[in-house]
Amino acid sequence: MIIEISNLVKRFGRHTVLDGVSLSIEAGEVVVIFGPSGSGKSTFLRCINGLERADGGKIVVDGIELNHNKEHVRQVRAECGLVFQQFNLFPHLSVLENICLPQRVARKRNPEESEAIAKRLLERVGLLEKKDAFPAQLSGGQQQRVAIARALGMNPKIMLFDEPTSALDPEMIGEVLDVMKKLAKEGMTMVVVSHEIGFAREVAQRMIFLDEGKVVEEGRPEEILNHPKSKRAAEFLGKVL
Amino acid sequence: MLILESGWLADQLKILWQILLYLLPVMPVTIELTLLSFGLAILVGVFVGIARISHHPIIEKSSKAYVDILRGVPLLVQIFFIYFGLGKVLHLSSFVAGVFAIGIGYSAYLAETVRAGIQSIPKGQYEAALSLGMSRAQMMRHIILPQSLRLVVPPMANDFIACLKDTSLVSVIGMRELTRAGREFYSQFFVDFQTWLVVGLLYLVMTLGLSRLVVWVEKKFKVHGLGERGG
Ligand SMILES: Nc1ncnc2c1ncn2[C@@H]1O[C@H](COP(=O)(O)OP(=O)(O)OP(=O)(O)O)[C@@H](O)[C@H]1O
Ligand SMILES: [Mg+2]
Repeated sequence: MIIEISNLVKRFGRHTVLDGVSLSIEAGEVVVIFGPSGSGKSTFLRCINGLERADGGKIVVDGIELNHNKEHVRQVRAECGLVFQQFNLFPHLSVLENICLPQRVARKRNPEESEAIAKRLLERVGLLEKKDAFPAQLSGGQQQRVAIARALGMNPKIMLFDEPTSALDPEMIGEVLDVMKKLAKEGMTMVVVSHEIGFAREVAQRMIFLDEGKVVEEGRPEEILNHPKSKRAAEFLGKVL
Repeated sequence: MLILESGWLADQLKILWQILLYLLPVMPVTIELTLLSFGLAILVGVFVGIARISHHPIIEKSSKAYVDILRGVPLLVQIFFIYFGLGKVLHLSSFVAGVFAIGIGYSAYLAETVRAGIQSIPKGQYEAALSLGMSRAQMMRHIILPQSLRLVVPPMANDFIACLKDTSLVSVIGMRELTRAGREFYSQFFVDFQTWLVVGLLYLVMTLGLSRLVVWVEKKFKVHGLGERGG
């Protein structure tokens, strides 16, 4: 198991956002998490790479336990690429520098090596010709593909996606999902928060329905999507589909 | 009538010219004072500005106290304090004491400018940097500060111009800069109106020159993407 989470609890003040979530993910697996707004999906992803500190339970990523040890947190972050809903590219850096700088700074790669890797990744997401552009000059879909390339530049073993297409205009969703599908088929371990049902059907091995900080339902996409067991999941899917 | 007037005018121009010749050689001193004290203010100000947003309570509190105290005491009093207080113990010249007092005084204003600049960078930038495995120090140096820099140039420019004008305060501790030299000239020749007119114009020339310089710096430090971002 590359990710093992048991009984994860996260509170903001008196509000319990994650209420005992347990989940194990195998290397190479693609898991799609869905659920209503405020159910704790983003918080869950952010706990996995240590952006939020859990209040209870245990998170082990690739054999490293997330705890108060800062070095562990850093190691786990290096293993997990995170892609945000709002892309969060660095606006003061060119596309190429967005991908190179983190490699040089956090991976201690030399400039030539990081640039070669960055160019290969840009090629992979189909944006090599934009390498000298700045983020503000790109469309949302292009920015998100750069963000994926930037995360891949760190050679993560796991990629976490937090609603990567929900800030995009409909005509740009496909290009981002295509990159993600390719990644899934190459064997990347992926945890994806998304309501893109087509994507889930095509590449996910498992879907998780999160509601009020709890895993309410879990199963293969065709089971969950066609025959949801819980009433909450059925209701929610009725709205989304 | 015309001859009489032009005679008066010629006299006046001669006086103004003499004042100008007397003051011009002193202008570099004012410029030097400004550059050195503002350089010191930037160094200390950036440092204190970063300390203001520290998660460490002692660092945060002490930097806040630093800013509050320095902003709450008139610069003139700070100059007296440093020259007559510290200066007597450490044998500081009026120039060194002046640079030190103005630099420290202005560092408090700059610290607040820097803090505001840093805090206006969206949270997502911090999260992206951290999620890519950067340490907090790396994140500040490579992601947050370079973006803040562009935002703080315009307010810093205002401080810079104010700093230049405030160097006139060190005339009270015997530093022979522009204002002091003006007073010397006046007490020798008793032409008050003309003297202070020229002194004022010289300050104006310098501040206007600085404003032009600031426009140039702003272009030079233009950071891509800022201003185009929604929020
Ligand atoms: N930093 C925070 N401080 C306080 N409350 C927070 C914080 N972050 C999230 N919350 C709260 O935690 C709950 C879960 O938030 P989270 O962002 O994980 O939900 P989500 O499932 O991702 O929702 P969405 O679909 O809207 O993105 C929400 O009620 C939110 O208001
Ligand atoms: Mg969310």
